Amino acid sequence: MKLTLNVWRQKDARDPGRFVTYQAPDISPEMSFLEMLDVVNERLIAKGEEPIAFDHDCREGICGQCGVVINGSPHGPRRRTTSCQLHMRTFQDGDTLTLEPFRADAFPVVKDLIIDRSAFDRIIASGGFISATIGGAQDANSLPVPKENADLAMDAAACIGCGACVAACPNASAMLFTAAKVSQLGLLPQGQPERMDRVRKMVAQMDAEGFGSCTNHGECEAVCPKGIPLGNIARLNRDYLRATLSWGRRLPGAAGGGPG
Amino acid sequence: MPTATAMSKGRATGETESFLSATVGKKVVMAATGLILFGFVIGHMLGNLQLYMGAEALNAYALFLRTFLHGGGIWIARTVLLASVVLHIWAMTSLTLVNRRARAVGYRQWKPRESTYASRTMRWSGVFLLAFIIYHLLHFTTGDAHPDFIPGDVYHNVVSGFQVVPVSIVYILATLCLALHLFHGSWSMLQTLGLNHPRYNRLRNVICVGLAALVVVGNLSFPVAVLTGLVR
Repeated sequence: MKLTLNVWRQKDARDPGRFVTYQAPDISPEMSFLEMLDVVNERLIAKGEEPIAFDHDCREGICGQCGVVINGSPHGPRRRTTSCQLHMRTFQDGDTLTLEPFRADAFPVVKDLIIDRSAFDRIIASGGFISATIGGAQDANSLPVPKENADLAMDAAACIGCGACVAACPNASAMLFTAAKVSQLGLLPQGQPERMDRVRKMVAQMDAEGFGSCTNHGECEAVCPKGIPLGNIARLNRDYLRATLSWGRRLPGAAGGGPG
Repeated sequence: MPTATAMSKGRATGETESFLSATVGKKVVMAATGLILFGFVIGHMLGNLQLYMGAEALNAYALFLRTFLHGGGIWIARTVLLASVVLHIWAMTSLTLVNRRARAVGYRQWKPRESTYASRTMRWSGVFLLAFIIYHLLHFTTGDAHPDFIPGDVYHNVVSGFQVVPVSIVYILATLCLALHLFHGSWSMLQTLGLNHPRYNRLRNVICVGLAALVVVGNLSFPVAVLTGLVR
């Protein structure tokens, strides 16, 4: 395959950046999208040029490290596919691909296609955990969980934190990510004591990072490589409303939100 | 653990914010006021269907609206509606500013995959509806924008108003704009209020879009009925 690449090149966070066009001949359709970039980079290095910087780690679609906006879609055109699992056979010979970094003010560009997603880490650090001593493993049957809740919690926990939801959202909202992280704990018994505190803290952090608000476009769900459903956002909204209404009924600083 | 706290913007990690300063809280305001306004347009359309029952029925209905609760009822309704509109616009403005800041540098290429024309034009359909509501009040409520206005004779005002073709066209366009606004807004507000359940989502969306369609068809029928001479 022969491709034309319009790639966003940006030296560092202060560089205004620009698009540079590269020709990419002799690309095998069996290559993954990242392998194609590897080949392009090898040729750039051989010519003494600066290779295109992009993020990647596992290349198995499970780490959430890779992510490029390809022709206007984060992770490219295929549903439920990360950039690393996307294969060049998805494209046609002679195609022009426009490669841009995930765009959001909360995700500053580090270099070229690499962005800084530590805003997500701070949302997790604000409350996306359970503060209980772990201890020894208890008997599996001592904490009954309805099958449906276990499934929904697993669906939410499938989030790999890649940030495609933010990249696809017209408002650069991090609601799908935050909602998945609120839901994966809120649906299980272990998450109940801090459920109401958690949602308020995580939403506050999400807002403080400068993400936009959800307007229910549904773009996030469409590009999510793990297919995290929009229902999680409604669950976050529901928990947030309930947390607000029950606020002040407990002693200051006391965590917990009652059953369910 | 100084790292996460020191790096976050504006607020220390783990602090909370007030309901109305949170994006999620503002969205709830947006949705709750939207629900009130949606309820109003349904009732408004249903009441106006009395146009088809003749002058006597429609005028008696108008008199009832102006006099129930000793004339206080209409002012309670107007206060609630005005407060809803103001809060709806406040939440929209505030959230739009947040959203604009959230992506200062845009994409060269962006391909919509799931969003609809209606969802992407909510702000514009809203602005157009606001302008229309002001005109609508001047036209049928105060009569300032109606050349042949007779106070109390609603039937006459409606028929003579819609007999002016450009006026009917404005009403038809505004109704189509309302259709766009409600197509996205009707189910979106329930999602924002947390009403989402896999078993009922399809039903939820069908009922919401169905009610919106009912409002739109009903409202479109009035100028069309007058223009075609069905109501005279």
